[in-house]
Amino acid sequence: MAETALQLLLNGVFVGLTLSLIASGLSLVYGVMNIVNFAHGEFLMLAMYATLVLYQRAGLDPLAALPLTVLLLFGLGRLTYGALVRRVLGAPAHAQIFGTFGLMIALQGAAQFVWGADYYAIPTSSVAGRLVLGRLVVGLPQLAAGLGALGGMVALWLLLERTRLGRALRATAQDRDAAALLGIDTDRMYGLAWGLGAACVAVSGTLLATHYYIFPRVGAVFTLVAFAAVALGGFGSIPGAFVAGLVIGLVEVTAGYLASSVLKYVFAYAIYLLVVIVRPQGLLGRW
Amino acid sequence: MRRWRMRVLAPLGLLALLGAGGPAAAQEVKIGAIYPLSGQVAKSGEDTLNAIRLAVEIVNGRFDLALPLARTEGLPRLGGARVKLVASDHQGSPEIGAAEAERLITRERVAALIGAFHSSVAATSSQVAERYGVPYITGESEATNLTERGFRWFFRTTPSSAVQARDYFEFLADLVKRGRAKVKTIAIIHENTLWGEEFARSARKYFADYPQFTLVADVAYANGTTDLTSEVQRLVTARPDVVLHACYDAEAILLARTYKLLGFAPPGTLAHGAAFVSSRFREALKDDADYFLVREHWSRDLAGKKPIIKSVSDLYRQRYGKDMDGTPARAFTATMVLLEAIDRAGSTQPEAIRKALAGTNLAADQIIMPWPGIRFDEKGQNVMSRGIFVQTQHQTPRLVWPFEAAAADLVWPRPAWK
Repeated sequence: MAETALQLLLNGVFVGLTLSLIASGLSLVYGVMNIVNFAHGEFLMLAMYATLVLYQRAGLDPLAALPLTVLLLFGLGRLTYGALVRRVLGAPAHAQIFGTFGLMIALQGAAQFVWGADYYAIPTSSVAGRLVLGRLVVGLPQLAAGLGALGGMVALWLLLERTRLGRALRATAQDRDAAALLGIDTDRMYGLAWGLGAACVAVSGTLLATHYYIFPRVGAVFTLVAFAAVALGGFGSIPGAFVAGLVIGLVEVTAGYLASSVLKYVFAYAIYLLVVIVRPQGLLGRW
Repeated sequence: MRRWRMRVLAPLGLLALLGAGGPAAAQEVKIGAIYPLSGQVAKSGEDTLNAIRLAVEIVNGRFDLALPLARTEGLPRLGGARVKLVASDHQGSPEIGAAEAERLITRERVAALIGAFHSSVAATSSQVAERYGVPYITGESEATNLTERGFRWFFRTTPSSAVQARDYFEFLADLVKRGRAKVKTIAIIHENTLWGEEFARSARKYFADYPQFTLVADVAYANGTTDLTSEVQRLVTARPDVVLHACYDAEAILLARTYKLLGFAPPGTLAHGAAFVSSRFREALKDDADYFLVREHWSRDLAGKKPIIKSVSDLYRQRYGKDMDGTPARAFTATMVLLEAIDRAGSTQPEAIRKALAGTNLAADQIIMPWPGIRFDEKGQNVMSRGIFVQTQHQTPRLVWPFEAAAADLVWPRPAWK
């Protein structure tokens, strides 16, 4: 029983960490410019396909492909900002929602057009295999994804809290006009936020590709939960997204074992509801 | 007022007369196909629709195949009329399926409908067909209750879930009887839409008929979940001799990987539906795809005894770049049954087609299935179906049961994960 509990705890942490990083990217974009990126999951999906293509065409291991996919998605995030989001910045909120929602549908459609509706998976990678500690089992792909997510979040946090660039980004988030008055190129900051947001899911996507299936709507599997994690942790808060991701991961896995698999998200969303009622700004939200 | 009415009604009456004109006047017979072409199971929807396209192509063209309507062009008794397939996407939604059925019947004026992969969508779309009095045939929607609704216009060539679930017990009982396996405890894991629930419900009932087996775990999950470790953990705790699966493609891949991760290798892993032997499953998992046993309707290994199976699956591979499996083969069969009936009816009148369908009597050598034939009971259910078991060995699905027809030796118990 104790082993089972510990095993569940481990599984929950790994599921949670991946979720945390996905939520961090979402939270960052929202925190900086108050726009919800509905196409966030599709960035995740594209990162997974990019990893697959690099594996199939160039024989590149997912870990080796990681820097490439991060760069690629960073570029794609910035491009999305420049080509789409910038145009709806001053527009009413529903125009912004339709903009990214439309992008989501377009990207899903494009992926299905290019790769078809088939399920793909990467058969093996340098992190394939598992670690057996007594009766505990740790999947190396899951471990890699968890550590990668942790690394990504720490890097993002350091960037935001410890660098000039991060300070400029935060200043833009707090007050765009004041930041512009002080000579910060807020347009560039917005682009950067989108690039960083997409880079977050590039890390998650690439590492998920080692053990998850890949298909045009795979992003939706993760983003709905990631949205809940963002709201649970507090909009715009990276540590909040981290904690919320872990909470949801643990609740999901434990409820799936003890109660019922079908109801596991009910428990996760119930906690989210409770937090929203008791503490509307989220666990670690500032406003 | 009366003159106005005459002016409107007279041409309409004339139109109706023309519409009811002799069968020879028909140039084209429209068939509506309702399948999931986007969304979670778009892949299976595409594969299935492709088989229907192939059947239509064979009927419309001239093929040297021992199948009804293959050697002639079009439908001979309808003056060589061509069949036109109108495909529509229901996205896995019962509501959209019903709306699409309505559109196909009223706007496209299809002579019959075929669908719908998901039993839940077949249920709603066939209800529309029933209301309009248009024949509806399914080759792969398996929920038992579909043929228990007392419908006049609904026909099903595939065996229902209830009939299929019994095959697992027959298979296991046969293994035990022959001393090939020791099986006492069984666990079930299934997705929680109509198809998976129906299978689990049917399977649970058979434990009473087969008291030598005990159900030790019954796990339902929702499709599109991020992780299945807690579900598998429950199976691990139950230590079953056999796990029965009813899963779609995504979760099949996820489950196999989670089994390997947790080192879970029960002696028998049996699956309902083709997900665990599909070509994508095998390509995605390579060696790890081995040893899953699937109760199939169809296998290319059957070609040894039935050359027509090879001819048709070769055509499928040529056109769509992948191997045919059980679901496309059954959709192909349902399409051939429908078109054969329309031709035999010699008419596109719904009632004539319905009567012809009800009178279907195809022999074993006229179909690509391992069934003794096709004949419908008064509920519209084909009563001539039979199940086979296929096991993936060296990444190739091989027919292993019934032993008389086997193309390879059954591997039991399943070896530990490498």
